[in-house]
Amino acid sequence: MLAKRIIPCLDIKDGRTVKGVNFVNLRDAGDPVELGAIYSEKGADELVFLDITATHEKRKTLAALARDIAKHLNIPFTIGGGIKSLEDVDVLLESGADKISINSAAVRNPQLIEDLALNFGSQFVVLAVDAKQVDGEWVVHLNGGRLPTERRLLEWVKEAENRGAGEILFTSMDHDGTKAGFANEALAMVSENLSIPVIASGGAGTMEHFYDVFTEGKADAGLAASIFHFQEIEIADLKGYLKDKGVSVRG
Amino acid sequence: MLTIIDYGVGNLTSIKNMLRKGGYHDAIISNKESDIAAAEKLILPGVGHFDYGMGQLRQSGFFEILNKRVLVDKVPILGICLGAQLLTEGSEEGESPGLGWIKGRTVRFRPEKMNTTLKVPHMGWGEIEMSKQSSLLQDLPDSPRFYFVHSYHLQCNNEEDELASCKYGYTFTASVERDNIIGVQFHPEKSHKFGLQLLSNFINKY
Repeated sequence: MLAKRIIPCLDIKDGRTVKGVNFVNLRDAGDPVELGAIYSEKGADELVFLDITATHEKRKTLAALARDIAKHLNIPFTIGGGIKSLEDVDVLLESGADKISINSAAVRNPQLIEDLALNFGSQFVVLAVDAKQVDGEWVVHLNGGRLPTERRLLEWVKEAENRGAGEILFTSMDHDGTKAGFANEALAMVSENLSIPVIASGGAGTMEHFYDVFTEGKADAGLAASIFHFQEIEIADLKGYLKDKGVSVRG
Repeated sequence: MLTIIDYGVGNLTSIKNMLRKGGYHDAIISNKESDIAAAEKLILPGVGHFDYGMGQLRQSGFFEILNKRVLVDKVPILGICLGAQLLTEGSEEGESPGLGWIKGRTVRFRPEKMNTTLKVPHMGWGEIEMSKQSSLLQDLPDSPRFYFVHSYHLQCNNEEDELASCKYGYTFTASVERDNIIGVQFHPEKSHKFGLQLLSNFINKY
C-alpha cells in the first residue's frame, strides 16, 4: 500500500517563514530551511514551500531558496509562489526543486500546464487551486483567494489533468484557518473524478480530521501549516494515530 | 571517485547532496567522458521520457565508454528511476533500444491487472520487499519505504535479477541487481534515512 502523505506547508516572505512558528529548541524559528529539516526529521513525507513575497527579483529569490532547501533536505519538496513561465521553472529545476506548484498563472494561461508537463514531466507539475462555495458551487479564486473567476472547481481540475498536471493541491477557502476539518465532500468529488493524486489543504485541526480526509475525503495527502508550526499536533503522534486506525503511513 | 553521469536528464544535485550527508565527499557530477573513464563507481540518474534519456546518452557520446566501463571493467553502476529503466532492453514508453544490460523490458503500469484501479503515476512512499540477499539493502528494516514517482516499471526476464519488489495494484520489480549492475526504480536521494543507508551501502560495500 502506498502511504498516505503528511505535508507541512511553509509560507515564506523575504526568505523568512511567516504565519508564525512556535517551536521550542529552534535556533531561528523564521528560517524555512531549518524548519524544513526539523519536519523532515519528525517524519514529514514531503514539504511545500510557498513564497508570498512580491518582488521583481522573484526568480532569483525562489531559486536561491530552492538551492538552500535541496542542500539540506532529503525528502521531496514542492516550491511555488508567483511562477509564471517556463524560464521560472527551469531555474527551479536546476536549483534542485522536485516539484513546482502553479496557481493563478495556470488559470490565466492554461497552456502553461502543457508546456511545463512537456518540458519537465507531469511529475514535476502540481496544480494548486483555491476555491470556495458560492451559491452551492465551488468557484475557483485567484490571487490568494481574493479574485473570483468563471472557473468551477471540478471542470478546472479535470482540464488541468488533461493538460498534464501531475498532482492537484486543493485548498478550500471555506475551511482554511477554521481548524474544523477538511472539505471532505468536495475532495472526494475531485479525487474520484481524477486519476492523479490529490493533496487536501485547509481546515486541519485535529488528528481525526486527517483520518477523515484520507477516508471520506479520499485524499492522497494532507497538508497543514499552523497545527504543525505551533506543535498542536506532532507528526509522529499523528502517524501513530492513523496507523492504529488502519491508515497506511510511512514510519 | 564516484561519477554522477550528467547527460541532461533531471535533477542531479540532490544525489550529490545525499552522498555528502552520508559523509562521502568524493562524488562529482560530470558530463565529461574522462570522468566516466576514471570513475570507480557510477550513478546513472534521470527522470523523464525513455527515448529522450537514451537519445541524450547517445548524443553525449557516453554509449561506448559506458559499455566498456560496465561490461568489461565491471565498475559498479547504480541506475535511479529512468536510469534504472535504461538498463533494460527497451520500454513501452518509446522506440529506442535500452542499454540492454538487464534482460527484460520497461512496461507501463497495467490497471487491468489491479483489483482496484489505482492512480498512475505511482507517486509516494512505497514499501519494498527484498527478493534476494544483497549488500545494497543491508542494515535496512523489513519492508522499508522509499519514494517513488513513475508510470512505467521494470520487468525482468530472469527472476534472479530482481533485487526487490513493491506492490501497487500488483507486485512489480522495484530494484534489480546483476553482477555490478544495479537499478532502483525509487529515489534513494529523496528517501530520507533509508535512502541514505542504501546510498551508503553502494559507496561502502561495492
